[in-house]
Amino acid sequence: MRTLTYRDALREAIREEMQRDERVFILGEDIAGYGGTYAVSKGLFEEFGEKRVRDTPLAEEVITGAAIGAALGGLRPIIELMTINFSLLASDQIVNQAAKFRYMFGGQPEMPLVIRMPGGGGAQRGAQHSQSLESWYAHIPGLKVVMPATPYDAKGMLKAAVRDPDPVLFIEHELLYNIKGEVPDEDVEYTVPLNRGEVKRQGQHVTIVTYSRMLHVTLQAAEDLAKEGIEAEVIDLRSIRPIDIDLLIDSVKKTNRVIIAQEGWKYYGTGQGLAALIYEYAFDYMDAPIQHVTSADVPMPYSKVLERAALPNKNDIVNAAKAIVPAALVRA
Amino acid sequence: MAISNVTLAGLTRTQLLETHYKMALLRRFEEKAAEEYTRGKIAGFMHLYIGQEAVGVGCITAMRPDDKVLSSYREHGQAILKGMDPGVVMAELFGKITGCSKGKGGSMHMWSNELGLLGGNAIVAAQLPIAAGIALAMQYQGLDTIVVCFFGDGAVDEGAFHEALNLASIWKLPVIFICENNQYSMGMAVEKAWAVDSLLPRAAAYNMPYEQVDGMDVIQVYEAAKRAVEHTRSGQGPLLLEIKTYRFRGHSMTDPAYYRTREEEQQWRTTRDPIGIFEKKLLDLDLATQAEFDENDARAIQAAEDAAEYADNSPDPTLDELYTDVMVDNSTALSFRYERN
Amino acid sequence: MKTVEMPKMGDTMEEGKILRWIKQEGDQVKKGESLAEVETDKVNIEIESFASGVLRKILVPEGKSAPIGAGIALIGAADEALPAELAGNGAAGKKPETRVKEGNGIGYAAQNVAQQASVQVAPAAPGQERIFISPIARRVAEEHQLDYQQIQGTGPNGRIIKMDVEAALAQRQAEVVAPAVRAVPSPVEIPVPGPAPVAVEAGEVVEIPLTTMRRTIARRLGQSWLASPHFYVTSVIDTGKLADLRRQINEYAEKDPAPVKVSFNDLIVKAIALALLRMPQVNVSFAEDKLIQKNRVHIGMAVALEQGLIVPVIHDADKRGILDIARESHRLAEAARTSKLHPEDLIGGTFTISNLGMFDVDSFTAVINPPESAILAVGSITPTPVVVDGQVVVRDRMKVTLSSDHRAIDGATAARFLQELKRLLEEPFGLLL
Repeated sequence: MRTLTYRDALREAIREEMQRDERVFILGEDIAGYGGTYAVSKGLFEEFGEKRVRDTPLAEEVITGAAIGAALGGLRPIIELMTINFSLLASDQIVNQAAKFRYMFGGQPEMPLVIRMPGGGGAQRGAQHSQSLESWYAHIPGLKVVMPATPYDAKGMLKAAVRDPDPVLFIEHELLYNIKGEVPDEDVEYTVPLNRGEVKRQGQHVTIVTYSRMLHVTLQAAEDLAKEGIEAEVIDLRSIRPIDIDLLIDSVKKTNRVIIAQEGWKYYGTGQGLAALIYEYAFDYMDAPIQHVTSADVPMPYSKVLERAALPNKNDIVNAAKAIVPAALVRA
Repeated sequence: MAISNVTLAGLTRTQLLETHYKMALLRRFEEKAAEEYTRGKIAGFMHLYIGQEAVGVGCITAMRPDDKVLSSYREHGQAILKGMDPGVVMAELFGKITGCSKGKGGSMHMWSNELGLLGGNAIVAAQLPIAAGIALAMQYQGLDTIVVCFFGDGAVDEGAFHEALNLASIWKLPVIFICENNQYSMGMAVEKAWAVDSLLPRAAAYNMPYEQVDGMDVIQVYEAAKRAVEHTRSGQGPLLLEIKTYRFRGHSMTDPAYYRTREEEQQWRTTRDPIGIFEKKLLDLDLATQAEFDENDARAIQAAEDAAEYADNSPDPTLDELYTDVMVDNSTALSFRYERN
Repeated sequence: MKTVEMPKMGDTMEEGKILRWIKQEGDQVKKGESLAEVETDKVNIEIESFASGVLRKILVPEGKSAPIGAGIALIGAADEALPAELAGNGAAGKKPETRVKEGNGIGYAAQNVAQQASVQVAPAAPGQERIFISPIARRVAEEHQLDYQQIQGTGPNGRIIKMDVEAALAQRQAEVVAPAVRAVPSPVEIPVPGPAPVAVEAGEVVEIPLTTMRRTIARRLGQSWLASPHFYVTSVIDTGKLADLRRQINEYAEKDPAPVKVSFNDLIVKAIALALLRMPQVNVSFAEDKLIQKNRVHIGMAVALEQGLIVPVIHDADKRGILDIARESHRLAEAARTSKLHPEDLIGGTFTISNLGMFDVDSFTAVINPPESAILAVGSITPTPVVVDGQVVVRDRMKVTLSSDHRAIDGATAARFLQELKRLLEEPFGLLL
């Protein structure tokens, strides 16, 4: 095992898949000579050349459409959209074209496409650069949406996404690129499935469902809770669509209490979607209503203090847990 | 009257008669589809190609069978011309399982991997970026297959048009962009929508060759298309054809076409019918007889009738088809670990 | 003769009104020519003819409407005979083409495959105040046949939560297993619930209001008595070797870093646990249409308190060593006396032992503690004259009586269980192995 950053893990995944399969190529704004806005593709242009590492004009709609066409034509493109905020310019191609082609053309098109993009906020980038829109896309049948939180999962899931025959939205997070984690040695070939979450911490008092950057915040909150005797079970959802529902139900049966911790807005968001499913499948095991820890329901402010207040933090999670775990249940 | 054996635009008499037949087939098919629509056999939106036959026939005749075609929602013509059985097209219109998209697409979403018909799109101009991408794939794999992308005058105003032409140009993608300018995008006349009344400056803006063609003359269309195909297939990159045509009917089945006069429509129908123009040309050159035209027309009417009958007798999709073909691995929103009843 | 039908000119159109006939009866019509102007729900549109000929008859006059598919005109040859019947306004027209048959709504039924074993929810009786209880709390309550309406909830809004139900269950355990003393196991009449009012003179009696505990015992045990047909099997155990083993164990245990004293009861608990392992048919619960086989062995020990009786549970007694059982039983007894028992200590029992040996009781029968199916009543150890090899000798003997629920356990099963228990207690080395 080695320690790698999330960024380096992604790069390794892309490299390995490009070496493995000639049809894999990457395209996006400033990914070639510049190495990518977040340096994910650094060095790949020098290694693979301009046929397979393509800078595109600033035109999200056509580069996404072209990636779709390239996939339909037999290639396996990985397109990098600079952020999920800019994907809105390509949303017709993603939602009306990529998600629907296979179905409305009677099962004939094959579209093995990966769209990588970071989402989320916390770097004072302002309202138009800080959104978490995964629930919009996860709403659409015909798309897979994944959000790995660790370098291990990032590498494994990106490799799996490239090999997947369907369109996959691979949503990263700006503040995750530098985090470090254990990744198997270079000669160890592995993938992580695109339809499974993982219990990152076991506990019996409350289940906390989370993903992406909030996983790390949640784990810190769990440490704080443990000091007070509350043992949280932390589930890293990893795959927003499809949802590993049995993983959630099993945990709820054990703890009877759920918190969902997400970045992004509350109403009609990922957390509400998950909560509805948990109520649907595990109602009889609930001892308390599901608690939601989310961003404030405002566009993201620039000011440092306001931004910090707008984003969910570990104390929000701790408070949520204390609200539903009866004190009498917890023995010091 | 002696039958000449001269060729016209390099097409032999047989080929010319075949060209005539194709136009007649398209005409009669669309008329039949219209009739079936009014009977309630076809629902939703349906956009007829009546009046524009020469564009599709001329362009696709100039292509190789393995070349790819993308079109808009006004695609029945391109589908049949790429070789799709009219019965299969009609069955798709009727929403039957024997349709090319298993009845799941309808008039605007037709596809065939074998024939190279890659959609059908209900979103105006969305097919242009995708066409560029398919051309990229051909180029990347070292194939000399080209992509032909049909769209209307309405698509020209979408951002995707500009983005796609630009990208195709900078990467020299093997794609031919064909604008079937039928003067109206739904109710918007092209004179009101376009800042400049020809597409030449737009092609120039993206550094690609441009030609404007009279879309009512199938021979002119064919020759322009041949030039375009040769240009693009030789690796010289994309180009833009503006083919001026006219649709004799409304934008779709539900359009009463208030935005133009009946007189205008009549004028086009009587003096600028592409089939009539072609027939006159062939007669003038002694390349065909009226009897041969009538025979083609009768065959076309029969083919349209047969198509409708085939579609009528075909079964609906079974209910389990509702859930198939969403994802290759048939995954859904939930990924269960345990069996459920 | 061809019938012109009202065409469908839009996907929401269901009928059209003839605004104006462009062609009149007797006019020549060519295919493609406009016949009439029609008003639909959205637009006015001209309809075209699909046939050529003479417009022989107008079936729907101007200003009148017709549904889609209805005949509105007839076109034929000039000399063709008109059909005999001609409905005035096209009502005889053909019905519109097959509409898609309405099947079962796929959208809801197929999507909602959430199959959880739904717990039957008893609706609140009319006039009753709404009780707030969490789903899991209600489920646990119903599983244990606990009436939760009397519980005070500690959750928000007075919501009863799982912890509250578990505490109530614990309390209920405390009041159960009163060894309803029945000296003679003779067939008894089923007691009629509800006391008959008795005329009393003032001062002759004192009325003591029932505590919740007593009320609960009365109701639960009354129900248990009505529901399960008890039968009794007694066995006499020779305790000589058991006493020897106990002495040896205690000599050893004294010197253990954590010294503990092992009682006879501890050894009997172990023996019961092992016997249950070998005869799991006794470790069951009867539920209306099935037997619930317990996979684990949790033995409740009745502990007498001043205020009543409590039955803490030694969990997984089969997996514990004798010293462990002794320690646990001490802890539980101590906690019971000082009211420090935890809810977990009181739930989950699968079998109960009640020992009145210290009261010099020879033998007795106990009432089964539901939802268990059996209970063992242990009497005192008494020196007794017995015949061995033709000689009369004195042996220490102890009577144990097993009460069994005949719905779940048959006579032979009960007897075999006691046989096994006797074997384990009379050859007690087996308890160590």
